[in-house]
Amino acid sequence: MSTAPAAKRKPTDYKSDLKPIWCPGCGDFGVLASLYRAFAELDLDPAKTVVVSGIGCSSRLPGFVSTYGFHSLHGRPLPVAMGVKLANPDLNVIAVGGDGDGFAIGAGHFPHAARRNIDITYLVMDNEIYGLTKGQVSPTSLTDQKAPSTPWGNLETPLNTLAFAVASGASFVARGASFNTKLLTELIVQAMEHKGFSYIDAMSPCVVFNNHQEEWKELVTDVSPDHDAADKVAAFDLALKGGFKLGILYREQRATLNDKYKALVEAAKDSNVEQMLEAFNARKGAAIGKPTV
Amino acid sequence: MRRQIEGARGVAESVAACRPQVVCAYPITPQTHIVEGLGVLVGTGALAGCEFVNVESEFAAMSVAIGASAAGARAYTATASQGLLFMSEALYNASGLGLPVVMTVANRAIGAPINIWNDHSDAMSQRDSGWIQLYAETSQEAIDLHVQAFRLAEEMSVPVMVCMDGFVLTHAFEPLEVPSQEDVDAFLPPFTPRQVLDPAEPVSIGAMVGPEAFTEVRYLAFHRQREALGRIPEIAADFAAAFGRDSGGLLHTYRCEDAQTIVLAMGSVLGTLKDTVDALRDEGIPIGVVGLTSFRPFPMAAVRAAVGGARTLIVLERAFSVGVGGIVSADVHMAVAGLDQRHHTVIAGLGGRPVTRVSLRRMLLDAEAGRLEPLTFLDLDRDLIDRELARVRARPRSGPAAENILRDVGVVGARPH
Ligand SMILES: Cc1ncc(C[n+]2csc(CCOP(=O)(O)OP(=O)(O)O)c2C)c(N)n1
Ligand code: SF4
Ligand SMILES: [Mg+2]
Repeated sequence: MSTAPAAKRKPTDYKSDLKPIWCPGCGDFGVLASLYRAFAELDLDPAKTVVVSGIGCSSRLPGFVSTYGFHSLHGRPLPVAMGVKLANPDLNVIAVGGDGDGFAIGAGHFPHAARRNIDITYLVMDNEIYGLTKGQVSPTSLTDQKAPSTPWGNLETPLNTLAFAVASGASFVARGASFNTKLLTELIVQAMEHKGFSYIDAMSPCVVFNNHQEEWKELVTDVSPDHDAADKVAAFDLALKGGFKLGILYREQRATLNDKYKALVEAAKDSNVEQMLEAFNARKGAAIGKPTV
Repeated sequence: MRRQIEGARGVAESVAACRPQVVCAYPITPQTHIVEGLGVLVGTGALAGCEFVNVESEFAAMSVAIGASAAGARAYTATASQGLLFMSEALYNASGLGLPVVMTVANRAIGAPINIWNDHSDAMSQRDSGWIQLYAETSQEAIDLHVQAFRLAEEMSVPVMVCMDGFVLTHAFEPLEVPSQEDVDAFLPPFTPRQVLDPAEPVSIGAMVGPEAFTEVRYLAFHRQREALGRIPEIAADFAAAFGRDSGGLLHTYRCEDAQTIVLAMGSVLGTLKDTVDALRDEGIPIGVVGLTSFRPFPMAAVRAAVGGARTLIVLERAFSVGVGGIVSADVHMAVAGLDQRHHTVIAGLGGRPVTRVSLRRMLLDAEAGRLEPLTFLDLDRDLIDRELARVRARPRSGPAAENILRDVGVVGARPH
């Protein structure tokens, strides 16, 4: 990732001078601690690292990190991160945000970032609620959940974000939890080392409006060591079975969007005007329905 | 009966009394309490016959309202700030199709820099969307305007936006009267859609229109708003007769009879403005206030009549057009074209900055003394501006302006940049 300086950076080196303003006990603290540790383990150069977010409690995170940060619009961290990575492929780019940000208002961007396999990491702090606006249901809220916007109980089926990620073509899909910082640190390290679009779903309880912390701690188990993360069908199956398996569900190596652009630029270096004209004329023929030869 | 309730709660109950059939919304501060209030009323069965949908974005909220309205339902939504901007494409769609959706806008600034507090930038940005825009001075007026808005929208087949200041009105508790179901039922007939998706008589709406007819179709939208200009005061008069409250209409005048100076403004700042003017009147300075309720359609003739007698006219605005200055001022100046008056635009209360009596008094005394600039940003901290401009001059990569200024004012721990 970056060239290692004499002394390796420590987690505290990634702390900014802003103190997190989350509620005491909020899961996002565990996610932030894991992120600091992962960055230190990777010894990321803060000047070559960008944390992009949307809007929400979780999206406050970039302000608490001493790397570059971008607090964008509600739902837009992925396209902003994509722009950053395309403009400067040498940067380490990680997008973060909440379940509402990523899977309600911003959901349209997810499948496209995933299928393009742009080389960024997307970390969603999933508390199954809109925390910042004070506890309305989100696309990952449970059916029948009572909330200020659904006093009669949620009528909708929650989105299976892991299955969505696998189906969309994400080349790395994992689930972690804010209350298991050791594993989450490891997942962030692996996701950032992965070449391509990596998605981490971090269960991160909102202790004020949707506190599942104790219940989740009881329910989580690790992904079985027998699980073959290279097997897409097995990954989809595991995702569909649901919920509480922590670890890497899916990982594949395929060319990233940046690789493909690079190859295109390389190929173009050897081309000449005659070849380009020939190719253009051939396409023109196709466009007006003429057979191309 | 008056009850001590939150402005948002009052609006929720008032909207419920209008018997909407579809309510769809996405949460955004400071609108949220209105929609949550409606959720409770649906949940308890107090608002029967209403489908309440928690959609995935404001774009979806307006699109669902459009579909519902086209299918013949009375549709309502509410939003603010970023949410209103995110709906923008659908807003033009609703008005272009003449669908009488009613929406509350809990006015809030728009980013960047992100800010949740009150000003009018959000609604102003949709000035030309074809929606009627009514601005409430008080929470009581907001409550009353919604009842009038449904009638106006449905009679004219035009969508109506009721704007109320975020927090100042939405979150304030005060004694408020919500019209009773009986009285609203008597005032607001059931919705008879002008156009409806009816399987018995299939039509398709949303035709592509080329240069041969686009101007005419758009002119009809203009025509409908011009007609609304006549209906707005009539509906306000009917409302006053039925409910005994003088709410709505095109504009309100306050102590304008012999006023040499008149200040025109919209929304909750009018209260502070009137108090300030009262004090100055006591000192013998003849000032009056015009509160504009209907910004779209813009009542040219009524504005000219209301402010024409003054020598000095000040337009106080809670939003501005970057690169020009006033937004409301531009329209007001058209209304008073040719009159011998001095004109001032004062931009105040952006992003929730309080508009205080002290500042208003100073500004009005400056105007009296001929010291007020044609364009003034009230309470602007020149020192902060100069420091940031100096940084920009000293270093081309001087860092993000908002964050630098926050360091200057001490909100963010100072770190050498
Ligand atoms: C266009 C737009 N609509 C609505 C909002 C209001 N809003 C801010 S954050 C948020 C949801 C936050 O939920 P989530 O993304 O899950 O983050 P959390 O606070 O739970 O971490 C909403 C609805 C907004 N800022 N912009
Ligand atoms: S409201 Fe919930 S998500 Fe937001 S900071 Fe507090 S605990 Fe965390
Ligand atoms: Mg959330």
